[in-house]
Amino acid sequence: MLDSVLFYFFAGVAVIGAALVVTSRNAIHSAVFLITTLLATAGIFLQLRAEFLFIAQIILYVGGIMVLFIFVIMLVRLDVPLHHLRFRMKNLVVTVVIAVLGAEAGAIIYLARKLPGQGLFIQNMAPPDKLAPNSEKLAESLFSGYLLPFEIASVLLLVAMVGAVVMAKNKKRTEEES
Amino acid sequence: MPGFAKTSASKAVSKKGNLGNTLHDDALQNNGTLLGADELVLNMGPQHPSTHGVLRVKLKLDGERVRGTECVIGYLHRGVEKIAENRTYQQFAPYVDRMDYVAAISNGLGYCEAVEKLLNVEAPPRARVIRTILTELQRIASHLVWLGTHALDIGALTPLFYCMREREEILKVFEKYCGARLTTHAFRIGGLQYESYDGFEKDVERFCNDFERRIQEYVDLLTGNSIWIGRTRNVGVLNAADCIALGASGPILRAAGVKWDLRKAQPYASYDQYKFEIPVGTNGDTYDRYMVRIEEMRQSRLICLQAIEKIPEGAIMGKVGKVIKPPAGEIYHSIEAPKGILGYYIVSDATTQPYRVRVRPPSFINLQALDKMVRGHLVADVVAIIGTLDIVLGEVDR
Amino acid sequence: MNPTVLTILHFLQTWWVELTCGVVIVAVVPLVAGYVVLLERKLMADMQARLGPMRVGPHGLLQPIADAVKLLIKEDIIPAESDKFIFWLAPVISMVAALTSMGAVAFGPAFQVARDINIGILFVLGVSSLGFLGIILGGWASNSHYSILGALRSTAQLVSYETAGGLAIISALLLSGTLKISAIVQAQYDQHAWFIFLAPVAGFIYLVASIAETNRAPFDLPEAESELVAGYMTEYSGFRWALYFLGEYANMIVVGSIATTLFLGGWLRPFPNVHWLNWLDFLPAVIIALVGVYCIYRAGKQPVKVQTGFMWAVALGCFAVAFVFAALWLLHLFHRFGVLIPLNLDFILPGLNGAFWFLLKVSGYIYVFMWLRFTLPRYRFDQLMHLGWYILIPLAIINVFAVGISMLLEANGVNRWIGMVLTTVLVLAAAVFLVRWHDQRTESASTASLTPDSYAG
Repeated sequence: MLDSVLFYFFAGVAVIGAALVVTSRNAIHSAVFLITTLLATAGIFLQLRAEFLFIAQIILYVGGIMVLFIFVIMLVRLDVPLHHLRFRMKNLVVTVVIAVLGAEAGAIIYLARKLPGQGLFIQNMAPPDKLAPNSEKLAESLFSGYLLPFEIASVLLLVAMVGAVVMAKNKKRTEEES
Repeated sequence: MPGFAKTSASKAVSKKGNLGNTLHDDALQNNGTLLGADELVLNMGPQHPSTHGVLRVKLKLDGERVRGTECVIGYLHRGVEKIAENRTYQQFAPYVDRMDYVAAISNGLGYCEAVEKLLNVEAPPRARVIRTILTELQRIASHLVWLGTHALDIGALTPLFYCMREREEILKVFEKYCGARLTTHAFRIGGLQYESYDGFEKDVERFCNDFERRIQEYVDLLTGNSIWIGRTRNVGVLNAADCIALGASGPILRAAGVKWDLRKAQPYASYDQYKFEIPVGTNGDTYDRYMVRIEEMRQSRLICLQAIEKIPEGAIMGKVGKVIKPPAGEIYHSIEAPKGILGYYIVSDATTQPYRVRVRPPSFINLQALDKMVRGHLVADVVAIIGTLDIVLGEVDR
Repeated sequence: MNPTVLTILHFLQTWWVELTCGVVIVAVVPLVAGYVVLLERKLMADMQARLGPMRVGPHGLLQPIADAVKLLIKEDIIPAESDKFIFWLAPVISMVAALTSMGAVAFGPAFQVARDINIGILFVLGVSSLGFLGIILGGWASNSHYSILGALRSTAQLVSYETAGGLAIISALLLSGTLKISAIVQAQYDQHAWFIFLAPVAGFIYLVASIAETNRAPFDLPEAESELVAGYMTEYSGFRWALYFLGEYANMIVVGSIATTLFLGGWLRPFPNVHWLNWLDFLPAVIIALVGVYCIYRAGKQPVKVQTGFMWAVALGCFAVAFVFAALWLLHLFHRFGVLIPLNLDFILPGLNGAFWFLLKVSGYIYVFMWLRFTLPRYRFDQLMHLGWYILIPLAIINVFAVGISMLLEANGVNRWIGMVLTTVLVLAAAVFLVRWHDQRTESASTASLTPDSYAG
């Protein structure tokens, strides 16, 4: 019972947050609502006993990516598009798209309920001890079975970081010279 | 084009919030983009915790580097030199204290000696020795204030209180001697008015004996501290040639390597009787100025100790009449004030009031070096450099 | 009864401990943070040869309350063009992040809100890093050029030092093998040593990183009053500012708790495994009683009667607490030796004692923070970033390797202490090399001071 209440709470916050993200006039407000949505999603992860995913969502997504988004929003001119020509039929297009996608999703869910054992409905929750200890299991698989992809991913991130620093430095230097 | 419409720019601006006010826009108003080329003018206003008075500094920044400064002064101008033309020589003496209010006794010494020179009168030896002792104590007090506030600007919270504690002892001596702590008017033209009180030598001796240990406290806190060194080494470098070209004097000149101290070069009061060193630096950076001033405090203490051993007996007032009417002429007399060379140029027209008194304030001349010293440094260094110049706005503006 | 009411009662019955702890945290921590501020002012005064707050309440003990009341009744000024929603939200985020991360911190073997979650340390770190959002949004919402710059600088500093701190924590986690807080403390019990003795460099790196993370001196450039860029807190006055401020002090407590758990043995008493030192378990009672005795000694020297009465009251309170501790231990001893007393309160003991040691260690850690604040000058921002990126992060990485090597050596039969000493010497050599190299670099950089320098790391 508590599970349902918590789930509906988190899901509601996530959905409302997402809706507010796309309808806010102010970009920073959108970013803050996106943070709310992400935190609610993290809450759902926690409910599913995926605690590592919960904290990874918070540290990486909220603490990393959203901070980056907010930096960018702060440092970039946002009223430039407002001075340009504006697409007037936006609301009509949005309504049509939402209707089409909603109909598709609804059709899928309705038709799939009849399929035996393969439906889209919620499976039974896995017993808690299957997923515990979360971080240890993840670490075991990352560092033994999936070691190569892990190393490739980290080298990729390193390359990206070094490249960003180099590009920023070069830009400054060429600007100084010009 | 169907479906497209022009928005009006005013609609965007009327939106509340921060859309129109990104750093980009701020910088555009300020002559160029923030993340790029041109200059930003930052005003370090007359009210600022670190400008040591009402000094306004306009910094031209490129990102975080300072490209140049412009000092706006005059917020504390009181027309002291003009007032001098309408006061008698004795009446003007208290005004002199208020210029460099941190080191009032030095101001008084310079003025009294200048007028004595004009009158061709010498203060008696006892007066000269007591004047020296008080002036050296004042030098220590001034450097203590400098040290406390400079350290506070750079972030060390504690030395200020230790310095104030020592300065309290000195101010107690001043209060016992002449009744005032800050603007003392301790000297008179021709000598002293007050005899030194009973226990004067004892007080000074006790202070000096205690002070060596205290200086060691400050040195322990700051001198070897790598953060302090990082904040002050190679910051605000002013080499010897620049110092002389700009007219900088005092510890700034000595830190650049020039061994020039008026107490040795043109001795006044009773300085020729004592043995003391002139500390000299090498780099001319903030750290050297710090070391020079610390060493000067030590040397002042030595002078005081030597002086109180033999204070000659005798009169304290020279042969000066009640009405001071120097012969017509002009005189320039300078002394080594704690902040630099303090000079008085007095023109007399044979009346009881001077025709013109022009003060050569060390802080004013030293402040002109600020522009040269801050170029290329970061904004955070500006505060340290203003502190190391040791300016007092009362002297800069008069 | 109504099934809804039944479910609610069942919920309360299952979760009453956590709920109480949560309420206690939200209610008590800001008050405690206020008193930590008072403690800092008194300590600062003591180190500066003066007295500190003395007027408001005996020895200034009502000062935080007076400050809180003043801040609450202050006029709420919001900058004209600012974003009101974000302006309101930013200090709230800061405070909530600090309080939430406090939830997973364990003050004793059984004192935890988030009942010993698997990812204990990671939770505390991750949620307390949400506080950065509060800083950025606060700087933005102030709608002032310099506030945004101050917020960006502060965030850059926090992010850099969080990396270094995280790497230092990894060294301690290597030794413990788990993220669970109670398991970490248990590991220190099992390995017969606090982790700071097994990984001292990691402890030191974490100390420096945590000072930078809480924006304390010598890394408090974003907050400094004598700097030009006024920082993200400028436009905040009244209780909003108080929220930021309390969030910062709550953050200090959180960071102190992490350090205590990871490096200082959590709630273990000194030498927990040495049985002939079991009498040390009496120490909390003795220490508190000694504090009471000192209060009585000072009571005689107070100038005013109110202060004397107050000191006596404090002394009596200390004695009462010490008596409770001592009584519990005496009961425990009687049970051990078979004396029949129909009262078994043994279950409280580990919790109380553990809480005492834990709080003592956190207080010591925070004392070091304050001590450093009053002693050291402030780093300039580029020097700060140099220190973080050029010295601390490489050192922390090398330290992770070192701890791993020492664990490997231990697994292969080398005495653990020898392995620790060897690897620590290696890391210290690397540190010396890094610092020398860093000094050379700053020498050459400052002599060529007109070349552009990417000080942002």
